[in-house]
Amino acid sequence: MSGVDTGGAGAGSDVRSAWLDRINPVTKVVIVLVLAAPLLVSIDAVSAATALLLELLCVPLTGLAYATVLRRLVPVLVFAPVAAMSMLLYARPGGTVYGTFLFATVSDDSIALSVAVFVRVIALALPMILLFAHTDPTELADALAQVARLPSRFVLGVLAGARTVGLFVDDWRTMSLAHRARGLGDRGAVRRFFSMAFVLLVFAVRRGTTLATAMEARGFGADIERTWARPSTLSGWDAVTLGGAVALVAVALGAAVLTGAFRVVGT
Amino acid sequence: MTGPARVDVEGWGWRYAGRKLPATRGIDLVVEPGERVLLLGASGAGKSTLLAGIAGLLGGSDEGERTGRILVDGVAPEAQRGRIGLVLQDPEAGIVLSKVGDDVAFGCENLGIPAEQIPARVSEALASVGLATPLERSTKALSGGQKQRLALAGVLAMRPGLLLLDEPTANLDPDGVSEVRAAVEAVVAREGTTLVLIEHRTAVWADLMTRVVVLAPGGGVLADGPPDEVFARHGDALAAAGVWVPGRPVDLPVLAPVRDTDAVLSTRALSVAREKRTVVASGLDLVVPAGAGTVVTGPNGVGKSTLALTLAGLLPEAAGEVVTEASLAARGVRRPSRWRSTELLTRIGTVFQQPEHQFLAPTLRDELAVGPRALRMPATQVDAIVDELLERLDLASLALANPFTLSGGQKRRLSVATVLAASPEVIVLDEPTFGQDRRGWAELVLLLQREIERGRSVVAVTHDADVVRHLGQHRIALEPAA
Repeated sequence: MSGVDTGGAGAGSDVRSAWLDRINPVTKVVIVLVLAAPLLVSIDAVSAATALLLELLCVPLTGLAYATVLRRLVPVLVFAPVAAMSMLLYARPGGTVYGTFLFATVSDDSIALSVAVFVRVIALALPMILLFAHTDPTELADALAQVARLPSRFVLGVLAGARTVGLFVDDWRTMSLAHRARGLGDRGAVRRFFSMAFVLLVFAVRRGTTLATAMEARGFGADIERTWARPSTLSGWDAVTLGGAVALVAVALGAAVLTGAFRVVGT
Repeated sequence: MTGPARVDVEGWGWRYAGRKLPATRGIDLVVEPGERVLLLGASGAGKSTLLAGIAGLLGGSDEGERTGRILVDGVAPEAQRGRIGLVLQDPEAGIVLSKVGDDVAFGCENLGIPAEQIPARVSEALASVGLATPLERSTKALSGGQKQRLALAGVLAMRPGLLLLDEPTANLDPDGVSEVRAAVEAVVAREGTTLVLIEHRTAVWADLMTRVVVLAPGGGVLADGPPDEVFARHGDALAAAGVWVPGRPVDLPVLAPVRDTDAVLSTRALSVAREKRTVVASGLDLVVPAGAGTVVTGPNGVGKSTLALTLAGLLPEAAGEVVTEASLAARGVRRPSRWRSTELLTRIGTVFQQPEHQFLAPTLRDELAVGPRALRMPATQVDAIVDELLERLDLASLALANPFTLSGGQKRRLSVATVLAASPEVIVLDEPTFGQDRRGWAELVLLLQREIERGRSVVAVTHDADVVRHLGQHRIALEPAA
């Protein structure tokens, strides 16, 4: 009986031994750029659809379940039709025109463009979800400072500051309750929002000051060369993965060119 | 340099930029290596400023104006990072990173300790404060006492010769207090580290200390000597200045326990949760007796604050219900969570743990008028209520000040006054005495006792044994779920 339980728990939990877990966070940033750049300058449906298909095939390498990926894509799936709809109505008309209303025109060209934009938005968002779903902020900061050589004061300052965001969420919740307790919860939502935002600002300044003191008290910003308890390095895995990303982009663009669908923004 | 540090304070003073008067001045003090000094003084005597000065954290001439000098081992403290470890009152303030191990390593990294030596230092520091959590544990998931011990571990990993602690236990529950005290004691016993500590609640620390130094309000040192001697000779002055002197309890009445009185609030099979899915306590069948003081106690994380907010009608019940006595019903509804905000206002008032969370107006006058105005009282009546409260709570001279600029004790009194302005039948308070000195404490407890005499019902969530003693006519002790 216990054997069954253990098996179930192991299969259900996030296992951190996927291909992607060996990749340095800086490489992930570069990969996102590699995947995004061609999709931002081209604007046909084939290149985006091919990229999207190949990205979906890569999901097992990230250690994420397809269901998880789908759940994280929900906001994108909500946004993408909005972008597609504006293209459908307001893109430059071309080919057969199916209808016109004020400035809106639906034509062959605008339909094609709207499909292309829809697929493209998803193809752009998916790599970010796949690559950063498992990336720990501290790991990212280590990599940005050690591998990308960003200034450590800046990186650690942002990292430490980001930790306090959760506290502000709690503050906000408590202040909402306080407004109800003080008889102001029934109306005036807009005014309430601004008065709470102001108080939050006061808290932010105060927290920032204490945080700076706490960091300084622990030697942060001294003139000593800082060491890193968690060394962040690149390996062969990073090169191979980056190569894979470049290949993915090449295949996507190649498919568009071969089918004659390839189109650059502005043409 | 290793081993305990020596501190020399020579004619030292500090005036913050933008302030007319110095925070403190004319302090002469020598702390020998290995001494353990309890630093006392009235609120505003400059204790924390002195401690920050010894830590070398006050900054340069654009932050303020310095007189005299402070030396640690004969060198300016600013040049001695890592030799000096500082732990502050707020458990949130000492933590920098989001994982336990990373946070302890942070100081070592800044000091340039070679990476291969850091893991050993981290585990040694965590062991010395008795924190046996995994290194990967999120710092957010720790209790207050654990957070303070983590802050201490982060400091100890740098192997300091001088420990500076600024009210390290003021915001902790009794378990947290004894955890932190035991951790500090173990460290100074083993390493002989020099210790300078600020704490109003002297009883916790007095027997660990070898010396008490009392700062005078205008500057300089008022008293200096072994703890027993200083407490014996200056006990009255210290008590008047807000210090909890061992063996001198506050002179306030103890209200008689109540039995078989009517319940102003009662709960049936109540579950409480901040967010729908995370129930922190369940199966609660409780009563809050009318016209009496009720205290809610229990260890951290057991759901006391969540229960208080639910009793106060601010959070909806996750399961079960909170019901008021029939006379308190609004539109026939007896569940506070279903009332409108203005209906709640005159029935149940809430004093939040952090007074700032409930401040809404630019001046004390306006702040007190918020409730009465929400009830659409005529201006003359609003003024009458505000004036009476300003007078009664000794805040009249500050009527036009901004609530955020008040001292800790004044903020607490104002937050209670804002609730009294709407004359609710029930007053719910969350940790009302956190961080209060003896004087602020006594003022607050007396105020609540008067409200009980006037027939109000008071519910206080607290860790403070003295609050339980003076307000606990009915006691609710929450236990962790098995």
